[in-house]
Amino acid sequence: MHQTGLLAAGALLYARDLRLAFRRWEQVTQPVVFFLMVTTLFPLALSPDTAQLRQVAAGIVWVAALLSALLALEFMFRSDYEDGTLEQLVLSGQPLWWLSLVKAAAHWTVSGLPLVVTSPLVAASLAVPAGAQWTVVASLALGTGILSFLGAVGAGLTLGVRRGSVLLSLLVLPLTMPALIFGARAVDMAIMGDSPRGPLLLLAAMFILSLSLGPFATAASLKVSME
Amino acid sequence: MWTWFHKLASPPHFYRIAGLTIPWFGWPALALILLGLYGGLVLAPMDYQQGEGFRIFYVHVPNAIMSMFVYSTMAIAAGIGLIWRMKLAHAVAAASAPLGAWFTFCALATGSLWGKPMWGTWWVWDARLTSELILLFLYLGYIALRSSIEDPQRADRASAVLALVGVINLPVIHYSVVWWNSLHQGSTMFNPGAMSIEMKWPALAMLLGFMLYYGAVLFERLRAEVIRRERNAAWLREELAR
Repeated sequence: MHQTGLLAAGALLYARDLRLAFRRWEQVTQPVVFFLMVTTLFPLALSPDTAQLRQVAAGIVWVAALLSALLALEFMFRSDYEDGTLEQLVLSGQPLWWLSLVKAAAHWTVSGLPLVVTSPLVAASLAVPAGAQWTVVASLALGTGILSFLGAVGAGLTLGVRRGSVLLSLLVLPLTMPALIFGARAVDMAIMGDSPRGPLLLLAAMFILSLSLGPFATAASLKVSME
Repeated sequence: MWTWFHKLASPPHFYRIAGLTIPWFGWPALALILLGLYGGLVLAPMDYQQGEGFRIFYVHVPNAIMSMFVYSTMAIAAGIGLIWRMKLAHAVAAASAPLGAWFTFCALATGSLWGKPMWGTWWVWDARLTSELILLFLYLGYIALRSSIEDPQRADRASAVLALVGVINLPVIHYSVVWWNSLHQGSTMFNPGAMSIEMKWPALAMLLGFMLYYGAVLFERLRAEVIRRERNAAWLREELAR
């Protein structure tokens, strides 16, 4: 029998996930709308004073982005689990860690990337100076990536569990706290006019760690959930 | 070695062994903790800077060490359970989680009691306090995941994956919160010369007592778990009837 190659199988799965996501458009847009709304709450609750907002902007952008990405995390495997596609993927003979990696990457493209793209808008509304915008984008690109690859483990573990979404946040949030520390610190340093190189590099290291180990843990968690 | 290992893992055998060993852990634990408390609260000299308040240290430090010790035990047991599919190892991990969470909570609570007179505040966002708090969250997540999966075998393996992911993340979490300037004093326990011997021995007695206490309660919980899982087995009925 003809066996599909690794890259070909990955490309097929990636394209399929994107196509499905764009057919259910609201799943892509809702986290972004949530992101915009949550960040609107802070000026209303704290103060519209730009100097004051600038001081807390890094934290607000990062916490809001993490929570918005967390909202979408639940759907990474949910529909595939329910209609049996996931079972077919496990049985497909392709290495499961590779399929997990591709699915997490596809999930990042439809849930993390839109947040990254809208983040300069949010940052500007919180009086983040233009010079710090690149740091916002870079740190969030890495941060949402970490959340997708690490969160995939949690999403796999909570498949078929009652009230899985609350549980998922309980499991994943403590694991992403280091990313939050460095991401918010990088943005804060950029706002202050310092070089955000140090925390950004650490964030990149964490991204590589979650990219390289996360898929194996995700594969294990999917196998547990499929039994 | 391996046959011994497998024999130990068989429920009837383990149930008996555990029952025999519990007193050997429990009574020395009680004695050591009482000794440590007496040594720490009465015999040890007062700290010239912190006064009597430093005596909270004798409860705080063993709790903090145990909180990490239990998490690593849990992760190792979870790994053994995943690799060799050993039910007993999963049971060890499951029984350790609430104990570890409680040690962590006690470390946080005693630390905050100590912080009020010393730092003038109940809580500071310092590196060690924060990583201890995140450790508590990891324990709570583990317990929450376990309790929400009905099938015991699936719960075992799912929570084992989580424990392993957590243990890989622990150093990352630890070093990332060290980023902040620390208000917490450095470790004095294993720094030779930082503490006089009459201040140190009660702490070591307390730590050893806590370890033995953990062993005793762990075995007690494992026995309860064996009873729960084997509730219909014939050997258990004979054992309980004796």
